[in-house]
Amino acid sequence: MTEENLSTLATQTLEVSLGPQHPSTHGVFRMNATLDGETIVKLKPVMGYLHRNHEKLAEDMTYLGSMPYTDRLDYICSMTNNFAYALAVEKLAGLEVPERAEYIRIIMAELTRLVNHTLLIGFLLNDLGAFFTPVLYAFREREKILDLFESVSGSRMMCNYFRFGGVKIDFSPGFLEGVKSIIQNYPKFLDEFEKLLSENEILMARCQNVGVLSKELAISAGISGPMLRASGVPYDIRKVDGYSIYNRFNFRVPIGEVGDVYDRYYVRILEMRESIKILAQAVKEIPEGPFISPKGAAGAKAPRTFKPPKGQVYGRIEAPKGELGFYLVSDGSPKPYRYHVRPPSFINLTILEDMCIGNKIADAIVTLGSVDIVLGEVDR
Amino acid sequence: MTTPNTSQVDPNLKSEMQKKGIFVTTINDLYNWGRRSSVWPLQFGLACCAIEMIATACARYDIDRFGAGLFRPSPRQADLMIVAGTVTKKMAPQVVRLYNQMPEPKYCITMGACSISGGPFKNGYNVLKGIDRYIPVDVHLPGCPPRPEALLHGLIKLQEKIDGQVIEKTEWYQKGLKREFPVPEFGPNGLIPPYNPDVFTPGQSRLITTG
Amino acid sequence: MKSLEELKQNLESKMPGVTSVLEEGCLVISKNDWLEVAKFLKSSPLYSFDYLSSVTGVDYPDRLEAVYHLYSIEKKIGPLTVKVRTDRQKGEIPSVTPVWRSAEFQEREAFDLLGIHFTGHPDLRRILMWEGFAFHPLRKDYVAEND
Repeated sequence: MTEENLSTLATQTLEVSLGPQHPSTHGVFRMNATLDGETIVKLKPVMGYLHRNHEKLAEDMTYLGSMPYTDRLDYICSMTNNFAYALAVEKLAGLEVPERAEYIRIIMAELTRLVNHTLLIGFLLNDLGAFFTPVLYAFREREKILDLFESVSGSRMMCNYFRFGGVKIDFSPGFLEGVKSIIQNYPKFLDEFEKLLSENEILMARCQNVGVLSKELAISAGISGPMLRASGVPYDIRKVDGYSIYNRFNFRVPIGEVGDVYDRYYVRILEMRESIKILAQAVKEIPEGPFISPKGAAGAKAPRTFKPPKGQVYGRIEAPKGELGFYLVSDGSPKPYRYHVRPPSFINLTILEDMCIGNKIADAIVTLGSVDIVLGEVDR
Repeated sequence: MTTPNTSQVDPNLKSEMQKKGIFVTTINDLYNWGRRSSVWPLQFGLACCAIEMIATACARYDIDRFGAGLFRPSPRQADLMIVAGTVTKKMAPQVVRLYNQMPEPKYCITMGACSISGGPFKNGYNVLKGIDRYIPVDVHLPGCPPRPEALLHGLIKLQEKIDGQVIEKTEWYQKGLKREFPVPEFGPNGLIPPYNPDVFTPGQSRLITTG
Repeated sequence: MKSLEELKQNLESKMPGVTSVLEEGCLVISKNDWLEVAKFLKSSPLYSFDYLSSVTGVDYPDRLEAVYHLYSIEKKIGPLTVKVRTDRQKGEIPSVTPVWRSAEFQEREAFDLLGIHFTGHPDLRRILMWEGFAFHPLRKDYVAEND
């Protein structure tokens, strides 16, 4: 057929609904894609299939009562969710946190970051077609950290460990040894992982220059976390806000150059190595002392007497997925008047369409995988 | 695991012959043994519990030891639906549709408090208070989320139930059976109907016994 | 960041006719001026609030309120909390999606759950609840069905 003939052929776009039950949408997420051949011309995310009314339920609960619910926001990183919420309420009520508790919190947050990034890379490889083998490696490492979480909080996933003004309970004996063994062994695992993946030809072909996100769009669209840094913006809330005691630690902020899927993958690997550095420093410096302030302990015993003063607060942290913020409005009663979560993965999805247009449908799956969403947080 | 003796073979005779290397069984037992050893679950995660479901499938807990490690992405190839996570009202029609699409015989495990009753999110305006309002459930598995060991326990309970079924009597083996559960529709303030009266009676506690 | 007072004075001198009120550390701006002010806050070299972190709404008995939290990545300052008020019946506020892309989904969410109509939004639909849901569930007077 000649070129002229080809151009006169009538073509039609095809609409494909991916999800909400789809093996590679990381839960109950749906993408309505319009395809021209295999190329995406339009892609509309549809969500709300896991809208569990977290915000409405929290308005009818004491401040502490919402703590277990925050576990279930981003259910892979319950510790950092606790952290963000505790930080916001402490800011609202003006509570002090003892030194030891700060260190405990940071150890927990960085361990969570390791879990999250490891799992994400496993799932990303799943999306690339390496069905379940990398996930096996990732879950093997996750179990080791989960055992530590279980030893302090009594639960594997939903730790509910933070309290306003400290943490629920001090370490169990042997916990620090466990963390030390993680610090020692995790780099070896990362080396192994990287040896298998980072220079893998298929991974490079599928990830490089796919789903490119420019610096300007990333900032304007409110992207946060590893995704923002992969686009070349050195913005890490741990450095910028220096919340808790992060300014005491020595760590670097890895950034990407291109802003493609590969950069997002690699930034996360580097971030894990930095997290291990923070862990090593924290384990070395952790002081003895109380794990919760007396005021906080009183509030944890009788949640109904815990009444923050009238006002409003926005507290945010660098969660593994990005900026996790809590906006609370207090009217002086034991229940918050308004409770809003700023979920990083929900806002990171804003530009999914921009990243996918012009790419093939198979690349959309990979791009979505690299955004790192957890539906519990997207829909709340 | 003890298998209920549904066959009419004398157990003494059976063990006597087994010693001589002769295995006596019935079609029923053989068939059920095959079915329970290859329960293929649907790869279908809804929320937090899905992560524990994946953990169960991974090396440490290894659900494959019980023959249920082959997660199928298509409902047409699956025997078991593990409802792992909160079912919201927006998702409920899809869950029922998926269950309808699975071929008989099919089973359903509700994993976690949310899918049993709404769990901690029970008071939410968009949360379905238990998937048993629309589809029959074989094993309820409490926990938030249940540990991987608990999921394995739930699976073993399901296998016991399969072992107890007699082919001639089970409804899915009868001629012309077509089980379709009506898919609820979105209303202005919730689902219509709020439950399927054929499978659910409100305000009555129900016990599912296995075996 | 320089003090809020200074920002307010600067804003009013650069944009005559715009009035703002300081309340509990937040900048309250009338809804008619909001779009212009948003453009100013983003482009002003003094502040360059290029990062809109969070958009949400609060339902009060007499009004609806949209709350914006702004940061500047370039200047590493923030947060600046901006409040825009509207009435509960009609509830219209100009959309800032053309200024900051991050408002796109968050405004849709505030529309879905609180019923704030963001005029000028490119695609204002329900995002979490289904189409055909008749209420705005995060409002205080919403009553869930009894099932």
